[in-house]
Formats: sequence, structure tokens, C-alpha cells
Amino acid sequence: MKTCLVVDDSKVIRKVARHILETLEFNVAEAGDGREALAYCQETPPDVVLLDWNMPVMSGMEFLRALGTSGVARRPKIVFCTTENGVGHIRAAIEAGADEYVMKPFDRETLESKLQIVGLA
Amino acid sequence: MELSPVARRAFAGLLKARTGQELSASRHWRIETALKPLLKDREFPSLDSLAAGLANPADRNLAEAVVEALLNHETFFFRDQAAFTQLMAGPIDALAAARAARRRLSIWCAGCSSGQEAYSLAMAFAEQGDRWNGWTIDIFGTDISAGVIGRASEGSFTQFEIQRGLPIRQMMRWFAPEGENWRATPELRRMVRFDRHNLLDAPPVANVDLILCRNVLLYFGAEERVRVFDGLAAAIASDGFLMLGAGETVLGSTIRFDPDFVHRGLYRPVA
Repeated sequence: MKTCLVVDDSKVIRKVARHILETLEFNVAEAGDGREALAYCQETPPDVVLLDWNMPVMSGMEFLRALGTSGVARRPKIVFCTTENGVGHIRAAIEAGADEYVMKPFDRETLESKLQIVGLA
Repeated sequence: MELSPVARRAFAGLLKARTGQELSASRHWRIETALKPLLKDREFPSLDSLAAGLANPADRNLAEAVVEALLNHETFFFRDQAAFTQLMAGPIDALAAARAARRRLSIWCAGCSSGQEAYSLAMAFAEQGDRWNGWTIDIFGTDISAGVIGRASEGSFTQFEIQRGLPIRQMMRWFAPEGENWRATPELRRMVRFDRHNLLDAPPVANVDLILCRNVLLYFGAEERVRVFDGLAAAIASDGFLMLGAGETVLGSTIRFDPDFVHRGLYRPVA
């Protein structure tokens, strides 16, 4: 079973994402900010990270940059999942190494299709 | 909201008469959801009163609005990615070789809904770059719904639609924000055209190299399905390909097409 780390400071979003991901037969772990997420990835790299942009302590972009230099054993796929839906943000995320991008709000089909695109569903 | 058997029969009968599509028991739950906005717009207090309104000769547009609402427009970009990948390899290679002299490929997306399939094909061709220099790739999408054909022609998709099945890099390459939506670039829009067409009518094209009729026939009754296959057979080139949806087949429905045993999910016209 594949593992997805949901990184979002909103408990509600994490709960919604968890529910969808579990119906897609993922093991789900949660983190409330980028720093927690980084610690999780260094301990047990997930297959994919569903990553919010704006979070306290460490943002999604800061997490992505830190992940690149962290020496994790296996880099997970990174799917941004954010309300930042402008072209500039999307371009910046791609340039920083994001594999996919989900614009909130999202539903099961959208998330499933994005996970298929990165080869995980 | 209660839906009486009489009203249900009225809606199902109207849909079948206008489109050939059936509202099977498993889709009855959709009726209320699909018609709720129409009830509100037209200020009908109930589904029964809406069904009764269909008999009013003064309201000619009501029946069409009901049919539009009941049609299933479900679609998304690169639906069944593996089938797309397969299509762009073997069958397109074969057609490219066969059409090398005239350098023209014609494709009919029959029952294309809001156009995602046609635009997916357009992107797939455009991304093969120089291979198609000097070729005309004519991608023609049709649907019975005027509403979705209008939207397909615009090439404009909501945020919800644009990210279903479409990789973000392709979205950024081929679409640009326009108001609340994302609109296909002029380059992509030039590759596709759309028109309204009922699959039970005579085909709008002839000698087509490739027909995609995916996840459409499952809504038709057995008799209507035969008629649709006859129309597709009349439209396709003798060496063309027909592509159906993942759960669909010609077997038991028509003798006008045979399965292509090399390419699963594809069918060839019977001479």
C-alpha cells in the first residue's frame, strides 16, 4: 500500500484529503507544517506528499527547497494542493520541482487523476 | 423531493425520444439532482408539475431544457491515459503511413461533451512537433447538447474541469487564464472544431480515419446502439479505427465492426 503525507495547517483539509486518499487505498500520514513534514520524510519517506503552500513555521515552498538538500533516501512525488491558483505560483512550484499541482477546492476525481499522472493511482 | 412513476416515465420517455438514450433504473437518482436547477429557474414547485409542463405547447423550449439537463456530460482530459498512449502509438502510426501521400488525418469525436477528449487529442498531436509538419489534422467533435458544444467551441474550462486528468505542465503550455476559467490557446483551438449532432441521425462526416465514441453507447438501448454503430460504420474509412470506452464493445451489438486484436479497445470496420 502506498503512503501519502498530507501537509496542511487546516485540520479540515487534512481530514477531507485523508478520507479521499483512504478510499484510493493509500496509507495516510499528516503534518501541520513544512517542518513537521520534513522530519517525517527524513524518518520514513512517503510515496507522495500532498503539500499546501501557505503554512506557519515552514511554507510549502520552503519545505520543497529543504527537501532537496535534506538527503532523504527516496524523494517522494510532490503534489502541491493550494488556493494559490495564479500562473506565477504554478510556474514557481514547477520550477522548484513540484511534480503536480492541485488547485483548491478539489474533489476525489481531481485528486485521483493527479495521483495517476504522477504514477501512483 | 418525490418523483412519481408518472413523472419519471415522462422524463425518461422524452430523453429516449429525443436522443435514444435510456434512463436506466441505476440512473434514476440523477433525475432530481439534474432537474433541480431547472425547477428553480422555471419556478415549478415540483418534478410532477415540471413533467406536466412538458405537455404545454406554449413552452416549446422546456422539453429541450429538460433533455439538456438529463444528459450526462461527464468527461475529462486524457480519460483512460493508457488508451490514449496506445492510440498515439500503433493506430496513429498505421494511419500516418497509409495517409502519407495526402498528409491529412480526420478524426471524429462522437459524443464529445464539452470537448476535453478533442483537446486532449489536439495536444497529443501538437506535442509530437515536427512529425506532423505539413499535415492537416482535422479533429471534429460532436454532441447532441447545444450547451456543451458551445462550451467546447469556446475552449474554456472551469478550474474544476481543467485539472481533471490534465497534467499541470500541459495546462500551462496549452491554456491561459481568462476570467475565472482557463482557455485553450489559439494554436490548440485551430486544431479542433465542433458541431451539434444526434448520433441517431446520418453521420455529419464521411471517410473518417479515426472515430472516438467513448463512454457514450452505454447510455443507449440495444436497438439504438445498433443504429449508432450503423452511422459510425457509414462514416469511417475502410481502413479506419473505431475507439470505444474501456467498458464498451461491439460484440453482441453490431456486425459492422470487428475487434482489432492487436490494439485492445479498438475496432475495425468490416468490409
